[in-house]
Amino acid sequence: MTLRYRTRKLTNALMFSFTGMCALVSVSVLFFILGYLVWNGGKSLNPDFFTQLPKPPGEAGGGMANALVGSAEIVLIATMIGLPVGFLGGVYLAEFGGTMFPFLVRYAADLLNGVPSIILGMFTYSLIVVPMHHFSALAGGVALSVILIPTTVRATEQFLRAVPQPLREGALALGASKWRAVSSVVVPAALRGVATGMILGIARIAGETAPLLFTSFNNRYWSTGLNQPVASMPVMIFTYAIAPYADWHRQAWAGGLVLLLFMLGTNICARLVLSRGPSWRN
Amino acid sequence: MPVETAVPAPEQPGSASRSFLNRLRSGDEVAHFTTLMFATAVILIVVLLVVELYRNSAESQSKFGWAFLSSSKWDPVAGAFGALPFIYGTVFTSAVALLISVPLGLGAAIFLSELAPPRVSDALIFVIELLAAVPSVIYGLLGIFVLVPLLRDPIEPFLARTFGFLPLFQGPAYGVGFLAAGLILAIMVVPFIISLSRESLLAVPREQREAALALGATRWEATWQVVVPYARLGVIGSVFLALARALGETMAVTMVIGNAPQISFSLFASGYSIAAIVASEFTEATTDLHSSALIELGLVLFFLTIIINGLARLLVLSTQRRGTTSP
Repeated sequence: MTLRYRTRKLTNALMFSFTGMCALVSVSVLFFILGYLVWNGGKSLNPDFFTQLPKPPGEAGGGMANALVGSAEIVLIATMIGLPVGFLGGVYLAEFGGTMFPFLVRYAADLLNGVPSIILGMFTYSLIVVPMHHFSALAGGVALSVILIPTTVRATEQFLRAVPQPLREGALALGASKWRAVSSVVVPAALRGVATGMILGIARIAGETAPLLFTSFNNRYWSTGLNQPVASMPVMIFTYAIAPYADWHRQAWAGGLVLLLFMLGTNICARLVLSRGPSWRN
Repeated sequence: MPVETAVPAPEQPGSASRSFLNRLRSGDEVAHFTTLMFATAVILIVVLLVVELYRNSAESQSKFGWAFLSSSKWDPVAGAFGALPFIYGTVFTSAVALLISVPLGLGAAIFLSELAPPRVSDALIFVIELLAAVPSVIYGLLGIFVLVPLLRDPIEPFLARTFGFLPLFQGPAYGVGFLAAGLILAIMVVPFIISLSRESLLAVPREQREAALALGATRWEATWQVVVPYARLGVIGSVFLALARALGETMAVTMVIGNAPQISFSLFASGYSIAAIVASEFTEATTDLHSSALIELGLVLFFLTIIINGLARLLVLSTQRRGTTSP
């Protein structure tokens, strides 16, 4: 074996070991995050966390019940705005569009998808909070819906397009009108994929913090209405993490654990459902 | 993260042959119009977003003009606002993040596409895509309580001792600062680089690898000199996409960057990024000029990210077209 040959073999082995290390490091980050949060958050997680209001600084105990409900409230508002707009927009792109206008819509959706979420928070602030003179749950919901719309548009379009053309033609050949074919054949065939895309989108907005900072703001008590500021899990975790109280840090870990488990749970379920393949093949 | 490939619009059999009235009666026109309205809403949101940002930053624009971008003075009390420290912080932390995440991500992508058996590769990419879904506030939490203490004690003093002759590694080790922000960003964007680069690498035709191996190349040589160059546009695209994410990332950076509007070449120094200053000062802005300056910063960030994003999408799209159409 010449030296040159041996060097080449050695480089081969070394470089591929390096790539293996890279993969190992990247994958282990998730297990580290999960393990660390379970270790730290698990200790502080108790029934009080889910049922009690936050205590003032210095007092031990208390929970994040209002933030859990608040997050649900904000995400529900965002879902009620974002899903219909995104879904129907996606149906237009996949089924009714021509060439030029859909290109513009798609471009706008991708652009919106890439805008940092903090900017969407500022946008909603000047659009809703300033005229209403109030931080509010409604504004938080609108801010999150602006994130949800482009992801839903693209997911809906993608999965509707994946429905085989013969299914549409079959429906039309039976005398169905176009919207009839779309609503009772194409959409049901793509429903699993579309629903998965929507669930992933909802999971994503549930973890967003930046757009809520100056839309729904925060609230130490139960929110009394949609036009009042409201606590939410991500903002609460942020506020507690940067505060100087050890007890709040423990609460932040517990909150982080709950949020992470929710995200991982929804993501794993959605991806498993999706990996079973499109429904028209069953 | 699914990447859409362009599919030609489906034909619409029958729609042309029937009269408008017929289509109206059967509901087609109503459905068309309704969905069109919602699709238009997406465009309207973008237009509204640009208009609102532009309109609300008018006061700062007219007062400072282009000097806003080059001034480094940020003093809300005196009413002097300059964007330079924040642009610097944003770009510097993103550069640090890319410096770490590109080798790591590309390495992992090569392993997943070239070496790992498909089942293992699929399982690992599943985990990596879950990582992309972890909320940024959780990265921030780990940043504050795990990364920053680690940097403060063993890592930064060690770097200062070893590489202290470089201006990059000078100054007191606080833990928080550019290095902490860059590291957290690196961890956050790695999943995007891996997932998109792997797709580009997998789209390289098998013949390319086989030809290189048949010429006597080792597997690494085939990978590094043939497969990676073939997929380079997609890989670069994934890096741009990661860069766009890093530029706009808010929470994790706000929590570890140290929040001091200064320009320093040291990695250990505290800084500020555009997203971070907006997150921490926007609700506390007392004067109109202050909030208008913050909104102008948002506008700068907006243009920065859409340019980078646009480039990324063009690059990713071009390799996918080529990868799927090549014989």
